[in-house]
Amino acid sequence: MRDETAPDTSIDTATLRRALDQAAEIVIGKPHALRLALTCLVANGHLLVEDVPGVGKTTLAQTLAKVLGLSLSRVQFTSDLLPADVLGVSIYEPDQHAFRFHPGPIFAQVVLADEVNRANPKSQSALLEAMEERQVTVDGKTHALPEPFFVIATQNPTEQIGTFPLPESQLDRFLMRIDVGYPSEQAELELLAGADRRQLLKQLQASLQPEQVLAAQAAARAVKTTPPLLQYVLDLVLTTRRHAKVKDGLSPRAGLALKRAAQAWALLDGRPGVLPEDVQAVFPAVVGHRLRSASEDGGASDLAQQILQQVAVP
Amino acid sequence: MTEAASRQVVSRHTTLRLLAVLTVVLAPHVSHVPLWATALVVAVGLWRAGAAARGWQLPGLAVRGGLAAAATGGVYLSFGTLNGQTPGVTLLALMGALKLTEMRGHRDHMVMIMLAYFLLVTHFLFNQEVPMIAFLLLCAVLITAMLTEINHPQGPLPARQTLRSAGVMVAQAIPLMIVLFILFPRIPGPLWGLPSDSGANAVTGLSDSMSPGDITNLSQSDAVAFRARFDGPLPPPNQRYWRGPVLWDFDGRTWTRGEAANYLPPARLTDIGDPVDYEVILEVSRKPWLLALDVPTQAPANGVFSAGLSARARRPIYERKLYRSTAYTQYTLDAELSQFTRNVATRLPSNRNPDSITLARQWRDSAGSDTAFIDRVLQYFRAQPFVYTLQPPALGRHTVDDFLFNTRRGFCGHYSSAFVTLMRAAGLPARVVTGYQGGESNGDYFTVRQSDAHAWAEVWLNGRGWVRVDPTAAVSPERVELGLGAALPAGEPVPGLARRTGAMLENLQLRWELVNAAWNRWVLAYGPEMQREILSRFGLGDWRSMIFALVAAVTVLLGVVGVWALWQTRPARNNDQALRLWNQVSNKLRKHGLERAADEGPRDYTDRVVAQRPDLTEPMQRILRAYLQARYFGTAQDLAPLRDAVADLKT
Repeated sequence: MRDETAPDTSIDTATLRRALDQAAEIVIGKPHALRLALTCLVANGHLLVEDVPGVGKTTLAQTLAKVLGLSLSRVQFTSDLLPADVLGVSIYEPDQHAFRFHPGPIFAQVVLADEVNRANPKSQSALLEAMEERQVTVDGKTHALPEPFFVIATQNPTEQIGTFPLPESQLDRFLMRIDVGYPSEQAELELLAGADRRQLLKQLQASLQPEQVLAAQAAARAVKTTPPLLQYVLDLVLTTRRHAKVKDGLSPRAGLALKRAAQAWALLDGRPGVLPEDVQAVFPAVVGHRLRSASEDGGASDLAQQILQQVAVP
Repeated sequence: MTEAASRQVVSRHTTLRLLAVLTVVLAPHVSHVPLWATALVVAVGLWRAGAAARGWQLPGLAVRGGLAAAATGGVYLSFGTLNGQTPGVTLLALMGALKLTEMRGHRDHMVMIMLAYFLLVTHFLFNQEVPMIAFLLLCAVLITAMLTEINHPQGPLPARQTLRSAGVMVAQAIPLMIVLFILFPRIPGPLWGLPSDSGANAVTGLSDSMSPGDITNLSQSDAVAFRARFDGPLPPPNQRYWRGPVLWDFDGRTWTRGEAANYLPPARLTDIGDPVDYEVILEVSRKPWLLALDVPTQAPANGVFSAGLSARARRPIYERKLYRSTAYTQYTLDAELSQFTRNVATRLPSNRNPDSITLARQWRDSAGSDTAFIDRVLQYFRAQPFVYTLQPPALGRHTVDDFLFNTRRGFCGHYSSAFVTLMRAAGLPARVVTGYQGGESNGDYFTVRQSDAHAWAEVWLNGRGWVRVDPTAAVSPERVELGLGAALPAGEPVPGLARRTGAMLENLQLRWELVNAAWNRWVLAYGPEMQREILSRFGLGDWRSMIFALVAAVTVLLGVVGVWALWQTRPARNNDQALRLWNQVSNKLRKHGLERAADEGPRDYTDRVVAQRPDLTEPMQRILRAYLQARYFGTAQDLAPLRDAVADLKT
């Protein structure tokens, strides 16, 4: 899908790292979350951020979009949100005696879907279907979404009243789920002392073209995965299926997601092939929301770490 | 099994499939157990299937207990006992069916599966033929498939997959089975028979007594009595007389051995001709008789002779028996006869059969010699309209008179009884010999069935000893020359295999018979004696060395399977080499406490080593580079750089 006539489609790891460093100046003290978010984008997946409000989820999305030179739109999900509010609507134009499609906020390269669990299931599924299909069909007409297309959905895990938590099958649509978490003491001090993030964000220069993001996605797909590495991925997946503490094991789709994410992670390190460490780095983020713990105690992230420790690197 | 596993829910489809498998496993027992038991088992099974499909509530303890008590009582009422083969199997089948009413979770299903395996074994109590073995193998696959289905960690797999893996497992068990079969020390006694059940389903054939007048429909059994194999050519049909019990005493209705037979002097053979060597596989008869071709000089298989040269084993035959023996078809038996023997062999009950006795004396007086008299009697059988039949009319008080002058219809028992009575009436010592006559040859083997059971007469003639006379042959020479099927008049029912029709059918039957003969010869007759005989050829005569060989063979077998399984799961060779070199690094660093953890990736490990040992930075980076290129980047041409780098690592 790459546009061959585009001005600059070359991509190298240095460029990507530079973008990452730039973003880190704004999103302080969260290099790992930032890198996972970029990895998710490069792997052509969508990101679910689960955390309490005010830790910088929105800033993260805005920074990422700005640094990569991508258009951003933000949808605040509420219980009265309609699918048309997300996708767009056809409106009758009296001058032209015809319906015209007014694209919704989803027609952006980076879509920030804030508090996605506040919306009713109908609007949720409109978003999730668009994420999967990468196109929108309204009134029988199909409209392709821009490329690259990257959805960052946020969820507030503590407030459960009046929310519609995403079902398991929908969670699977997100390549990764990350927790941003509170910044460290030092980072928070820096945050308090530093300039307003919004000002910084305005001054931020894009270090990449959208075409280069597409090129990065293609390059990630080309990162080599050798048989022993694939065996390692498979061993991890199979272990979740036999694991006493796991209710349902990982699906084959989850295995593919794990491989894609590890490829993108390796690309950010500039490696021609995926290492077991790359898989280990993305494993908790990729499988955390896909594993259901058999017992209610113990988070899924702990579970992911336990599984990593149990599987030998082949 | 954990508490959780026992309560684990089993899907209703699995329950229904298990019920279907149990039905197949139990099906052959329908012919042994009483009708009410079959009906109860089927009813409970159907109800349980309904419960599985519709989710009905399973009954409470009181109902289950009541049913179990009723079933036990029913078995006791039907058989008068709970012991023995058929009552035991009936009880087992009933209790198995009642167990279904409390079959809930995983554990109960496991119990039913184990019970199904056990029920398989009970079929051997009734039938050990080749088709049954094939059926039981199929059942074993089905049960094992159920076992796989309910225990698979990922839930039930498709039926085809479980069946295939069960088939593979059963096939893998076969070598082990053969080793155990050959080497496990056999105990004397029947492996599958239960002695207490002898009377219930005895097959007709030979017995200790003969009452021709009482039998109106001789049971026609195709069951094999024994098989024989001759070292040389087969003896001609008219010499195929297999000697069984000799009957001396007649009370007017029934011929028996008689008390006096115990005190008769042993037989003496003289003027014997060429020996005929042969081997016999005797089927289970529950009688002590060891059949031998006329006449043996020695009782086979460590048996003893009783009066009249009939060989018997020391205890009844409860397992197939293989023995060798030698016969002499030309002989003189008892050239001299003691007065006591003569008395026993001419005794007749008083005031029975007066007409026959009168007639015999008349004929003897007019005949002039003993042989002429015998011819006169045989002539009578031939000339008068005597008929050979298996469905004779019942005879009155004077059985021989009634038969000779009124009914004139009967089988070998009638003719031999009448003939010996006539002989004794004329003062000639005579006795009834029972056994088998005929049989069919089939390649190497010679098969004699229960329908070949026969009775004939022996008359003692001065200077010639005991001479065999077969009065049935006078009436129906075909019975002796061609077999029972040819002797019976058309329209009379014949045992299925006794009347031969159709060459192809016959051919098939003979081939099938050959298979059965091999099965009996090599599998079923493999008792303690044959085991010792065969294994002693390999120096494994006693049970100690058998056990040793058994353990050794099983160990070797399992070892081979284990090595094969390891070989199957070995890692690919090329990766293996890179990994082995990589593992050498960890081995070299072990003494410095820098062993690689199993879940540690190559880069993490290198970083850790370098952090601990900065002096190793350069060689470790070189190794890592080469290793990653070889194993994870696919950019290395060969393993030489890695090998060199690992070799250069000096700790």
